Amino acid sequence: MTYLAKPRLHHPTLPHNKLGFTRRDYEGKISTLCAGCGHDSISAALVQACWELDIEPHRVAKLSGIGCSSKTPDYFLGASHGFNTVHGRMPSVLTGANLANRELLYLGVSGDGDSASIGLGQFAHAMRRGVNMTYIVENNGVYGLTKGQFSATADQGSKSKKGAVNSDTAIDLVAMALQLGASYVGRSFSGDKEQLVPLIKGAISHRGAALIDVISPCVAFNNHPGSTKSYDYVRAHNEAVNRLDFMPRRDAITAAYAPGEVIEVTQHDGSVLRLRKLAEGYDPGDRLAAMSHIAQHEARGEILTGLLYVNAAADDLHGHLRTVDRALNRLGHQELCPGAAALAAINAELV
Amino acid sequence: MTSNVKAGTAPRIQAVNDFVIKFANVNGSGSASANELFARSLLRMGVPVSPRNIFPSNIQGLPTWYEVRVNEHGYLARRGGVDLMVAMNPQTWASDLAEIEPGGYLLYDSSKPMPASKFRDDIHVLGVPLTDLCATRYTDPRERQLLKNIVYVGVLAAMLGVEPEVIATLLGEQYKGKTKLLQPNLDAFMMGLHHGNEYFDDALGLRIERRDAVGQRIFIEGNAAAALGCVYGGATVCAWYPITPSSSLAEAFQKYCSKLRVDKESGRNKFAIVQAEDEIASIGIVVGAGWNGARAFTTTSGPGVSLMTEFIGLAYFAEIPVTIINVQRGGPSTGMPTRTQQADLLSCAYASHGDTKHVLLFPEDPRECFDFSAASLDLADRLQTPIFVMTDLDIGMNHRLCEPLAWDDSRTYDRGKVMTADELEAGKDFGRYLDVDGDGIPYRTLPGTHPSKGAYFTRGTTRDPYARYSEAGPEYLYNVERLLKKFETAKELVPQPVLRKAAREARFGAIFYGSTSPAMAEAFDALQAQGVQLDTLRVRAFPFSAAVDRFIAEHETVFVIEQNRDAQLRMMLINEQGIDPARLMPILHYDGTPITARFIIGAILQRMRAANVEPIAARQGKAA
Repeated sequence: MTYLAKPRLHHPTLPHNKLGFTRRDYEGKISTLCAGCGHDSISAALVQACWELDIEPHRVAKLSGIGCSSKTPDYFLGASHGFNTVHGRMPSVLTGANLANRELLYLGVSGDGDSASIGLGQFAHAMRRGVNMTYIVENNGVYGLTKGQFSATADQGSKSKKGAVNSDTAIDLVAMALQLGASYVGRSFSGDKEQLVPLIKGAISHRGAALIDVISPCVAFNNHPGSTKSYDYVRAHNEAVNRLDFMPRRDAITAAYAPGEVIEVTQHDGSVLRLRKLAEGYDPGDRLAAMSHIAQHEARGEILTGLLYVNAAADDLHGHLRTVDRALNRLGHQELCPGAAALAAINAELV
Repeated sequence: MTSNVKAGTAPRIQAVNDFVIKFANVNGSGSASANELFARSLLRMGVPVSPRNIFPSNIQGLPTWYEVRVNEHGYLARRGGVDLMVAMNPQTWASDLAEIEPGGYLLYDSSKPMPASKFRDDIHVLGVPLTDLCATRYTDPRERQLLKNIVYVGVLAAMLGVEPEVIATLLGEQYKGKTKLLQPNLDAFMMGLHHGNEYFDDALGLRIERRDAVGQRIFIEGNAAAALGCVYGGATVCAWYPITPSSSLAEAFQKYCSKLRVDKESGRNKFAIVQAEDEIASIGIVVGAGWNGARAFTTTSGPGVSLMTEFIGLAYFAEIPVTIINVQRGGPSTGMPTRTQQADLLSCAYASHGDTKHVLLFPEDPRECFDFSAASLDLADRLQTPIFVMTDLDIGMNHRLCEPLAWDDSRTYDRGKVMTADELEAGKDFGRYLDVDGDGIPYRTLPGTHPSKGAYFTRGTTRDPYARYSEAGPEYLYNVERLLKKFETAKELVPQPVLRKAAREARFGAIFYGSTSPAMAEAFDALQAQGVQLDTLRVRAFPFSAAVDRFIAEHETVFVIEQNRDAQLRMMLINEQGIDPARLMPILHYDGTPITARFIIGAILQRMRAANVEPIAARQGKAA
């Protein structure tokens, strides 16, 4: 048996969202990842975020590459179509899917090997095109499925389980995404659901390329002393710039904060991101300041988390390409075929 | 200023509406549009021409040629040999001269004196002081350079008898609304025309005479026609990466979409074109769009297909509609990027790791580029698999006379087996990889179709008929054997081969495909005229249908004529159809130039002689 179906028994007291779904309706098959894997916590956060946002599960398309992280779309949103594509090439497939039908929500799930090594090019170009998607990197700094090789996000000087020291410079996908023009950039930790769930909700409501880099310890190959992606290390070095509250358009904004401590960002769909500032002077609307702030903290060995940058006025690839509002895959031959008369006119010009 | 005519020792070639003119230029000098103007003027006089651009992989300064075959019988293949060389490039002077047939003509710029040793005795030399003429008339250096090309068109018009009004009309169309450009061009043309009339009366034995041999045919590049096929066939997503010789296809798709596919009310686009970062991303975008129910294609050449192969395997195994238009060029590696070949058959037919087979279509000309591109989008949806349209540089980047493009307004798109929300709601059993109709083709659902039914997880890993992950042997076999069945189904759906029978019963047959078509048609006629009986079969698709087997079975020996070194179609015939290799005799042309009838005739006659076959007419002659 190479896949595990989840029992469909529902607890009668489970709460329902506005569409009448329980969290169970957003789950998938039983995970086949190792017990304690950070990736499963991220799957749970995705389930929670979609349930809380009252998203119809079948209106989501989940796409992934290859690797442990890329297996996870089978373990959440079982009523959604999913596509486990080619190693490192999820961004292009997601781009094409998005072009075909702009009416669905696109969730890209990838890992550090998938996005920072083999797929760095596709990662970069999807960000710079502004594909409307939530792109989650489940970042553990290691190749889990092939048993413990370093990935390109492994920190210089960190140690593998077998004791090898990584001498290569680490790639920071957050810094890259900022430089490349992603319009929603955050970092979080799989062990911090309180931070991660609103960050995902904000990303899903965002129009444009949204990247969340989630440090997700690998319990099998990268959770030892000497690793900088272990549970202990991340907990000790996590430096949050803000705490995000996500408010959908329908909710009245009631929470009160002292002025100066809160930044409110209204996204194009009317939802509000309310950021409780933790770091002095941090402005998530200032891309250059965000890049500098990240670099300074990285130099101190701190992992900066929270919503690092958002441009709520950003447009997406469909905006750039000026495509019609209707999904391209729903256009029929009447809308697409110019007809025989137009062809006769073209022929007449070709002599 | 010296205009001169120097007669050669060989008798002058005399021909009306049947000769080859070649222009040798430096690329980036503005010669392309003047040469095309010349070719078009003959068409407007009702005389068929087939021009070919022979260009370097370079933007400025390297040699480039434009070869125009004039043939009132409508033979459109490259002929080989040159009757009149317009030698405008000192770099290639020696080799250009060497190409002229004995008794042929050389037209050159005589502004600077050339030593006699630079010429050939057996050709007729026409010196026109083009640089001096332009230097006298124009002051701007750029104008002097560009208009020099129009001046030689004027001289040629005078010598060949091209009607000046035809050229004036064409220039008027080209510079419509741009009087500032039109006037100097007209002026330069007239200057050349007068010069030609004054100094070169009867200097040339070649003439153009008005005919009505073009008919309704159109003059278009295969790439433009293929792009129109994608517009008409309903492609909404195009992803591509620039590569010669396919880039102009994507650019033409953009051009035609901007004209034909913009929503009138909103001014917004009913198409999405992405110039991707590489060919891997191009095919990835097409796979994503195809998975999500949009008609999508990419266009590329051999190196691009090499990069795409991992994705092609995924699309084959996950059963996703994909159209790939491969405008073939000379390989391997960067090979001959601006020359033509048919050398990607194997790399496309079996692209990707593991057991894979793909559908290939072989258009013969721009008209079929249009038809097959549109058809490929239907076939991809029907068969849920990658479809390759195998065109090449010769068809793709040259203007070619062909039948007008045609579309039947009653035609609708075949979207294949897509299960709808209503069918799912009604409880129809949905197994993504379940063969319910016995044709190997399963049903698919599109993302977002139904709130609780029909969702599935697509992957390149083995799965059971209900798309559940499985590494079990029997489930794997069910999938890969069903894919074979699907390939069998494809045989009846693809364009069928075209048979041409000789006047009498023929022991020999010839199989060919794609851009070899005009050369083969000409060779067929010439052989027939010599009494050589040869049936021909133009293969238009892989997998091969039963008609191909029948054709081979009906002939003792079949020549397989291809433009590649390794006889790739022949290999496929041997391996896929189980044909005895001894019965398939390869005839191969692969130096990067388009195949000619002369080559085919020579090769066939040589092999027939080796097999002791004499033409029937010759045998009869002996008996009498």
